[in-house]
Amino acid sequence: MNDTTPSAAANPRHTAPPPTERVAMLRWMRENLFNSPINSMITVIIALFLVFALPDFIQWALFQSVWSGDHEACRAATGACWAVVGEKHRPMLFGVYPYDQHWRLILALVIYLSVIAATMTPAFWKVKILMPLWIFNLIVTLILMWGGVLGLQPIETSQWGGLPLTMVLFTGTVVFGSPLAVLLALGRRSHLPGIKSICVVFIESLRGVPLITILFVAVNVFPLFLPEGLEFDKLLRVMAGMAIFFACYQAEVIRGGLQAVPRGQIEAAEALGLSYWQLMRRIVLPQALRICLPGLVNHIIAAFKNTSFVLIIGLFDILTATTAVMEDPVWRIFFVEAYLFVALIYFVFCFALSKYSQLVERWLGEGRRF
Amino acid sequence: MISAAVPLSCAGGGDFSLIHFFLLSDNMASSEDSATEKLTAPDRVTPKGDTSIFNSMAFRGIAYQVLLAAFVILGGLYLYINVNANLERQGIATGWSFFNENAGFDIGESPIEYDSEDSYGFALWVGVLNTLRVAFVGIILATILGVFMGIARTSRNWLLSKVANVYVEICRNVPVVLHVLFWATVVRFLPHPKQAITPFDGAFLMNRGIVFPIPNEHPAYIWVGVAFVLGVIGAIFLGRWAQRWREMTGQYIPTFLWGCVIVIGLPLAAWLVQGAPLTWNVPALRGFNFQGGMALSPEYAALVVGVTVYTAAFIAEIVRAGIQSVPHGQIEAARALGLRPRFIMHYVTMPQALRVIVPPTASQYLSLTKNSSLGVLIGYPDLVNIGNTTLNQTGQAVEAIAIMMIVYLSISLAISTFMNLYNRLVAIKER
Amino acid sequence: MNEQQPADAAADPLGDETVIQLIDVNKWYGNFQALRDVNVSVKRGERVVVCGPSGSGKSTMIRCINRLEAHQKGQIIVDGIELTDNLKNIEAIRSEVGMVFQSFNLFPHMQVIDNLTLAPMLVRKMPKADAEAIAMKYLERVQIPEQAYKYPGQLSGGQQQRVAIARSLCMQPRIMLFDEPTSALDPEMIKEVLDVMVELADEGMTMMVVTHEMGFAKTVADTMIFMDDAEIVEIAKPDVFFTNPESERTQLFLNQILTH
Repeated sequence: MNDTTPSAAANPRHTAPPPTERVAMLRWMRENLFNSPINSMITVIIALFLVFALPDFIQWALFQSVWSGDHEACRAATGACWAVVGEKHRPMLFGVYPYDQHWRLILALVIYLSVIAATMTPAFWKVKILMPLWIFNLIVTLILMWGGVLGLQPIETSQWGGLPLTMVLFTGTVVFGSPLAVLLALGRRSHLPGIKSICVVFIESLRGVPLITILFVAVNVFPLFLPEGLEFDKLLRVMAGMAIFFACYQAEVIRGGLQAVPRGQIEAAEALGLSYWQLMRRIVLPQALRICLPGLVNHIIAAFKNTSFVLIIGLFDILTATTAVMEDPVWRIFFVEAYLFVALIYFVFCFALSKYSQLVERWLGEGRRF
Repeated sequence: MISAAVPLSCAGGGDFSLIHFFLLSDNMASSEDSATEKLTAPDRVTPKGDTSIFNSMAFRGIAYQVLLAAFVILGGLYLYINVNANLERQGIATGWSFFNENAGFDIGESPIEYDSEDSYGFALWVGVLNTLRVAFVGIILATILGVFMGIARTSRNWLLSKVANVYVEICRNVPVVLHVLFWATVVRFLPHPKQAITPFDGAFLMNRGIVFPIPNEHPAYIWVGVAFVLGVIGAIFLGRWAQRWREMTGQYIPTFLWGCVIVIGLPLAAWLVQGAPLTWNVPALRGFNFQGGMALSPEYAALVVGVTVYTAAFIAEIVRAGIQSVPHGQIEAARALGLRPRFIMHYVTMPQALRVIVPPTASQYLSLTKNSSLGVLIGYPDLVNIGNTTLNQTGQAVEAIAIMMIVYLSISLAISTFMNLYNRLVAIKER
Repeated sequence: MNEQQPADAAADPLGDETVIQLIDVNKWYGNFQALRDVNVSVKRGERVVVCGPSGSGKSTMIRCINRLEAHQKGQIIVDGIELTDNLKNIEAIRSEVGMVFQSFNLFPHMQVIDNLTLAPMLVRKMPKADAEAIAMKYLERVQIPEQAYKYPGQLSGGQQQRVAIARSLCMQPRIMLFDEPTSALDPEMIKEVLDVMVELADEGMTMMVVTHEMGFAKTVADTMIFMDDAEIVEIAKPDVFFTNPESERTQLFLNQILTH
């Protein structure tokens, strides 16, 4: 593996002393900032803008901001009022969940996030480890949130709120939506015209309507579908709606992956005598899902962001909770700070996930196997 | 459950898969007699093996489809019966007769005349128009911003590409709901009309929305509009003609430049010929509100800004990927042939980049249109908002939601048809 | 290999049992006829080499034998079972008939050992330990047991094709089909694959091989089939086929292929 050595180093006669720090910096600037008249102009304009705007912003966000105290202190200051986050973070993060039970949600979040962290570690990528881990995770977090056993005070789903509710919706969407997505994708690839056309119509019509209308169906129409006396929890209905919506988008991504698996793979598996489901599960899907991994992650990120749509139908996810908190007349003028805080939570999660998927892609590109 | 060997039969062409089923079944019988006489090897064995029809692919294929169809139809029927029974029990009317009843609610803004005496059907139509108003403007603005940011991300200017990068990463990793909500709140906290912010003379930002001056109506503008349309058509013809001219004579005519001259020059000429009429309708504060000029409601502004900023981040990413998808070897090859940069852009880079850019951009347009339904969240009277009001007043949830879905499906279908047409224009035929 | 062998071995060990029989088989892709009235019968232990110009239908023919392609007219009987669209029969035949492809088609996401044990475990319901034992046996047979825990992408083309042969053998098939097994290989790797195939032929495996390797054909074939334009032009013993073919088209083809 010698081809990583630069060719100049291989030939010592041509090695010049490295340019000094100052010259290197100048050269970098000439190459990257002032490489043409237009680029020089753009650089100057942006630099001027930054010089004027950045200090003000930093003053506002850091030096003149209020980090703790009451709204009086905030109104007196010229900077940001981060105290609003300190004051209101409990209802923002946990909604209307009983205040003295918040420790349960914190514990559930810690467990949930650690399981996610573990899931992202290649060392854990074995069905034997991940399956029990996730089953344990779901059972424990749900017990913590629901209560009613082990002496925990029972708390109805209508009282769930904030970040844990966002996480529950997100997890439910992905966990229930993914298998459905695979089935829809396979159905759409079927050469039986009846199955194919039903899947096409289902996928395309749901992709053609906004998520809001699906949530309206889940809230307003779904109860009408059931015979008298039978009822489903609203949270569960909304989750089902989001899962189906998610599945339709994901099915299209998976279809792309399925198309990219070489025909020869299917033929070889068939020649060995594998049945349709065996060859799909063992040969085609593992390869297809690997191919379309970036698309899959994109839609998983979208599913996380889409949980915020429940604001419209009145489930108390983190955004609904924040909006409700910001109705407080004393604090409402500090909405920018509150929304920035919520935006930061979404951003951290989504950004981390997308960077992580790029990392996995690089691992796969390097031919690393797990 | 689909039978094991099903994908096989479409192995070769795929196009004969269905026919093939039927062909197969009668061949089995007919081939028997014709085969025996031509057979060269006399030791023909009588085939053993399974002959049960239940293991036949054709039978299974039909059975699966019949089962699924039955499931869908019976399931639909069951739901239909339940819905009817439930509605009857709750005393809710069904059918579309509410369409002609008085809506009885006001709509904050409408591109056409509407009052609460009008019917539900008309109110919903206003909603459709309001949705289209957001979608249309949003798509144009998001395209401009997105293309600019996308090109900026591939710029060789380090500062510019970093700024664009920060924009894209922040905006696309925050939910669109939060974008819209944030801008709606920002608009709500703008000052009262009396203390309105004036970014430039005659324009005002305030909590009642945005007002800005527009030119007074004048018959000359109709001619300017006609001239513009003629200019666009002229530019298209010019492009065609220039290409033919180049093929015949080898001379290059800078079509883009001349196209711009025609598209801008013709309306300008028309305007000048009519005596260059220009008086501004400048908004002015009368009492508690502004009169004159063009006014955008705060909800409209917030919704457009929210969905635009969000979608533009995705379009920027698509544009960047499209530009970078053109292999560097292509550009090197073009340079080696001695093509000038603008030829390279026009004949090598753009056609290949557009092929990658157009399909995902189309789906971004669709998602922007669907996200315009967030109007319901901030009180903008879009289709979903008015549909929701209708739902609450009449209780006819099924019909109200069905209308929303049908309208959005039609819009989606229209946009994707249009984009497919465009895609066919830019798609490169390799084979 | 032993040059004497084909002449001696050809006549005797073949039994009377016909294991593959194609009777007036026809196949179309759309309007294009890929097979026209194809009649072939192969006896147990027979080694058949199919050759012909590209697009002549030879691959299509052997792919019909384990129904990777479906024929539209005529009869194909393998091991006494007629190939119709009956799934049970197709499954039965596929587990008796091994196939080796031009492009190897190893499963890239599985280690070599898993490629080999997959079908025995899933189709034959074999316990894992037994399947692995068989897999190692065949890997040794194709002389790459040390590669068992590598991924296909880490192997050379020749090694991949040998793994592919071993993978088919793990199902302990009674018939092996080879669809241009050496066409995708670099010249220096062709021999290692052909050696394995010759060895297999020496053990008495019923084989049908589509190939352009005429040296191999001369060494092992009991029967030569020449196809052109969707038809079988000539079926002959190799000594006749190579020295004195009946058809002019065969002559022409052999001239083209052997003059280098």
